[in-house]
Amino acid sequence: MKFSVTVILKKDVLDPQGKVVQNTLKDLGFLNLKNIRQGKFFEIELNENDEQKAKNAVKQMCEKLLANLIIEDFKISKTK
Amino acid sequence: MKSSVIVFPGSNCDRDIAVALEKMQFKNQMVWHKETELPKSDLIIIPGGFSYGDYLRSGAIAGKSSIINEVIKAANSGCLILGICNGFQILTETGLLKGTLLRNKNLRFINKDVNIKVLNNETKFTSKYKKNQILRINIAHNEGNYFTNAKHLDEMREKNLIAFKYCDEKGNINTQSNPNGALNNIAGIYNSKKNILGMMPHPERMIDKLVSNDDGINLFSSLLK
Repeated sequence: MKFSVTVILKKDVLDPQGKVVQNTLKDLGFLNLKNIRQGKFFEIELNENDEQKAKNAVKQMCEKLLANLIIEDFKISKTK
Repeated sequence: MKSSVIVFPGSNCDRDIAVALEKMQFKNQMVWHKETELPKSDLIIIPGGFSYGDYLRSGAIAGKSSIINEVIKAANSGCLILGICNGFQILTETGLLKGTLLRNKNLRFINKDVNIKVLNNETKFTSKYKKNQILRINIAHNEGNYFTNAKHLDEMREKNLIAFKYCDEKGNINTQSNPNGALNNIAGIYNSKKNILGMMPHPERMIDKLVSNDDGINLFSSLLK
């Protein structure tokens, strides 16, 4: 079973990398650009057929290692 | 006084701290991160460097290594723990110290000597310093921008848990004297029992006037008492 996980800084945490990317894109002429937040993306594959079990495992992976919950949020979605 | 320095793949200040400890007459041992037992120690040091190449987040992988469980046990039974630079980042990843270290505000790796002020000299780490003494100490990091929630910041202020703050040479604590964007210019903090200190500056680089200055010596001599 495959999942994709996005880890991104919480809204109220300053994201200087996102800001620099945003400013550079504006310089490149994308004047309607409103906001960019930069995050991390993981593709996770599990040997598990029970979807609920698999999802729980991925959630624990996020909480234990992939995200730092003080500053980051995570989103899990099942992929094909 | 027995000390242990934990070594991870990518640690690069482990030898510097060992030299400092030996100079100060500590009986020091190096402990590889794969060990599952710690030698008997009064002081455990998590040194600076780039453990696991800063993969995922600085300190994240080292914070889950097998020796860290032993460090957590020792910390909970009152052993003194000092985390310097990457060591501070690792301590926040283990939860032994609250908060976290974000990317420097200017997005650059900063390597320079800065001034820090000793806010609390009534701890086992700082008793040989004067209160509000200004030290000149080297910093070398990419993620030194300390961040925590408002509740924890209040707790640190109330219980005097902020160890050091960045300041200018006259001791003024302001935006101009903040090298990395750290919340309230925080350069180092204690846990609530004050047996754990995490700091971004490198006191082990300041133990010899021939190569730098000796502003870091009193941190080690405080610990020896």
